[in-house]
Amino acid sequence: MNKIDKRNFLEQWFPSYKIGHHHLSLWERIHIDLPLLIGLLLIIIAGLLVLFSAASEDVLIVVRQMVRFGLAFGVMFVVAQISPSRLKLWAPWLYGIAVALLLAVLVIGYTGKGAQRWLNLGLFRFQPSELMKLALPMMIAWYMSDRQLPPKASSLALAGVILFVPVAFILKQPDLGTAIMVAVAGFGVLLFAGIGWRWLISGAVIIAAAAPVAWHFLHSYQRGRVLTFLNPERDPLGSGYHIIQSKIAIGSGGFLGKGWLNGTQSHLNFLPEHSTDFIYSVLGEEFGLLGGFILLSLYLLVTIRCFYIAYHAQDNFSRLLAGSLGFTFFVSVFVNIGMVSGILPVVGLPLPLFSYGGTSVVTLMASFGILMSISTHRKLIAT
Amino acid sequence: MKEQNHFHNPLIQTNVFRRRVVVVTAIVLLLAVILFARLVYLQVYKNHYYSTASHDNSINLDPIAPPRGLIYDRNGRILAENIPVYSLDIIPDKTTDMDVTVKALQNLLDISDDDVMRFYQQLKQKHQFDEIPLKIKLTQQQVAKFYVNQFRYPGAKVTARLIRYYPYKSDMVDMLGYVGRINDSDTKRIEDPSNYAASNYIGKLGIERYFESRLHGTVGYQQIETNAAGQAVRTLQSIAPIPGDDIYLTIDSALQEVAVQAMKKYRGSIVAMDPRNGDILAMVSNPSYDPNLFVRGISNKQYNALRDSPNQPLFNRAIRGQYPLGSVIKPILALEGISSGVVTAKSRIFDPGYFQINEASRIYRNWRPKGQGWMNARSAISQSCDTYFYWLSLKLGIDRISNVMRDFGFGQRTGIQIREELPGLVPSPAVKLARTGTRWYSGDTLNTSIGQGLTLSTPLQLAVATSIIANRGVYYKANLVKDIRTPDGKILDVPPRLGTKINMPEKAWKPIIAGMVDVISAAKGTGYRFGDPAYTVAAKTGTAQLFDVGANEVYKTEDVTERLRDNSMFMAFAPVKHPKIVLAVAIQNNPQAAAIARKVMDYYLLKQKHLFDKNGA
Repeated sequence: MNKIDKRNFLEQWFPSYKIGHHHLSLWERIHIDLPLLIGLLLIIIAGLLVLFSAASEDVLIVVRQMVRFGLAFGVMFVVAQISPSRLKLWAPWLYGIAVALLLAVLVIGYTGKGAQRWLNLGLFRFQPSELMKLALPMMIAWYMSDRQLPPKASSLALAGVILFVPVAFILKQPDLGTAIMVAVAGFGVLLFAGIGWRWLISGAVIIAAAAPVAWHFLHSYQRGRVLTFLNPERDPLGSGYHIIQSKIAIGSGGFLGKGWLNGTQSHLNFLPEHSTDFIYSVLGEEFGLLGGFILLSLYLLVTIRCFYIAYHAQDNFSRLLAGSLGFTFFVSVFVNIGMVSGILPVVGLPLPLFSYGGTSVVTLMASFGILMSISTHRKLIAT
Repeated sequence: MKEQNHFHNPLIQTNVFRRRVVVVTAIVLLLAVILFARLVYLQVYKNHYYSTASHDNSINLDPIAPPRGLIYDRNGRILAENIPVYSLDIIPDKTTDMDVTVKALQNLLDISDDDVMRFYQQLKQKHQFDEIPLKIKLTQQQVAKFYVNQFRYPGAKVTARLIRYYPYKSDMVDMLGYVGRINDSDTKRIEDPSNYAASNYIGKLGIERYFESRLHGTVGYQQIETNAAGQAVRTLQSIAPIPGDDIYLTIDSALQEVAVQAMKKYRGSIVAMDPRNGDILAMVSNPSYDPNLFVRGISNKQYNALRDSPNQPLFNRAIRGQYPLGSVIKPILALEGISSGVVTAKSRIFDPGYFQINEASRIYRNWRPKGQGWMNARSAISQSCDTYFYWLSLKLGIDRISNVMRDFGFGQRTGIQIREELPGLVPSPAVKLARTGTRWYSGDTLNTSIGQGLTLSTPLQLAVATSIIANRGVYYKANLVKDIRTPDGKILDVPPRLGTKINMPEKAWKPIIAGMVDVISAAKGTGYRFGDPAYTVAAKTGTAQLFDVGANEVYKTEDVTERLRDNSMFMAFAPVKHPKIVLAVAIQNNPQAAAIARKVMDYYLLKQKHLFDKNGA
């Protein structure tokens, strides 16, 4: 491909290239944020290495995960091409559809593992709560973007309703983990919107006060998880088994770990769910504190890159959405590692970009697509 | 919307937002620090704890039981061995339809419903990958039948285990004892429990118990990595167990068999000893029992039958049977009489058939009511004259009698390598006071002089005392072990153990041993039941009354029920000049002790000539 052909190709497929932003790099013209991409790739490569070990050296599982990431990268790439203003336009519709689907799940949903989370769409099963992970922050960002910031009480109240409805639906499925993450995504928007500390503190107090009430509505297995979190030795062979074995895996890793493929906890099946929710324990066991430090640093780099994108975003919708997506990403990392290391209850959340598994990867990469879109669709604005 | 837009100030909003980005970044960093601190806590501070936990999770130390040492007789014939028994085990994991498999195997091998029931009970308790025994002991035919049909039952297999076996069955149990499953009281005496980690059996009695620590061996280990389901993944390393030491007994199993045969019809015991070193050559208690029953696990019914039998098969008479000595005590008293100078060999007394301490005292009868005329030490022994010994005992006094009995080993354990032996009893005023609360009378001394009263001795003690006489005072303690051979080929000899030599002058030994020879060979000797052997024998008979005959009554055998009839005791050594064998016999409620001794002695001295050459003399 010679230079002219290449240019024609790019102009044909990437309109921003034609506009003549000649100071933009190639990556920016195809709406890829290179630092973010590199960060993601590093985490994913590390994740595949650990997955190979966690899956008892089953190449097929690693290949399947790579295919999944390939598809997810495709989704990311497509989403990255959509400009933030169009996303903003779509936000209310997306939110509406997502709420309707959640309602549909409760009525006609497919039950798996004791919870109604999926819609069977013939070819594949679809989890509307995953869509809500994106739709909710978009909706609240859309709503907040035209309000006065920091938000007034009245707009906070409406934002609260927007947040509460889908979260309640997801809780009803029941899927505590996803409900928490969806709520965090919505809350993230409010946090970046400058919600007053008074509100945060009183919110925390209300949640604390509501805890006994919430306890009443929790399913027995969820109560068990909380009790087990408070005291894993309560039931060492039952529900406490996961967390005890996970702590043993991480703790026995020491500073440098037992070495790749040498983790006895996972290879001898003492560690349950070691390729999905508890995959961090495999990393901790085999790569030790050093491996954990490196992975945490990578997650931090990605998160901070997200915040950088938010910082430099030019409109409120983009800012709030970018900030919230970065925040949600890190919180999910924190919740997962916190849970496998025993400082948070086991809520059944995967480790982003690491855990083996389906829908959440696509949603996650779509959110990075949004971030890349925000990062690369900046206009030059004169002040 | 319009009014709100009015308040929009992009600059303020941007500042609010940017401040928030900084704050949220700080929050994220804080969360990261919390996570990292947690990881440091787990992986650095608590690393040792969790490493141990992880190790405990996956590394199992599987102990391997050592093969128990074997027990042989003095000529290398095996007395206790380990034989494989075949059990039919089923692994649930590998069995497709358990009920069908069990039913089919039950029909094929004719397995009892009890076994099947026990199997199903265990099935509930064990892991899916465990081998669960369906039938513990398969016959050769069952094993063969199973192997032909094995392909039909993928989860079933025949496993060989080593089990203790005593080929001589009841004939050797009185020395050997037996091993049995370790129970709670056994665990208390195990000094090093880790050494028994894989062991199911422990010596319960006899040699098996006395030499438990030598016979057991040292446990081996297999370090096995297991997965969460408990299945072995691989063996990391193993330390082979060290077999126990082999023990060679002094027992001559051929002689033992002869003795058992000779004892067949009688209740009692016979002990054969080599006076030249104290080796126990044979030791029989009859009736006896098959120790193999106890190894495999005796049923309650079988055990109760043994325990409650009036013939007391579980009673080891050779070392626990405490019999009144009767007249076999007499040579020792005569020895003490002459040696102490109270009497001489020529001192004599006229026996009218009874004895009185003084004219007013009650009458103490001789066993022969007509009396035996003039009696000296030699004739009093050969004819077992009670009157002579009544007279002698008053001259000696009870203290001298007690002391000399103790010198000859009575009243104390012989120290044979069997824990269970009993010490017997030497009478004395102190003993009587302790037992009955009454003081000692001269009549008690008289009773003691004919081996009645409080006197109690085991056949083994009698054999030791006889051996001292045969050796003219040299005291070899009873010894059951010839040598011990370790697995690395070392032979540890067990040297003869000497007791305190009894220093008595030849003028004492000569007439007493002559009297004992007369017991067999003189016309009036009491050992007529022994007959006329082809070798020289010194012996003494004894009769112990179990039934109290009133002073003026005459004892009639036919009036007394069988179990209250007299015991017969017999002591002998031969050949007289260079004794090679000592016998002590106690037969309950039957006078045949001497006749039994004859069979044993004949065999040893006449049919086994080669043995003497081997042992030297």
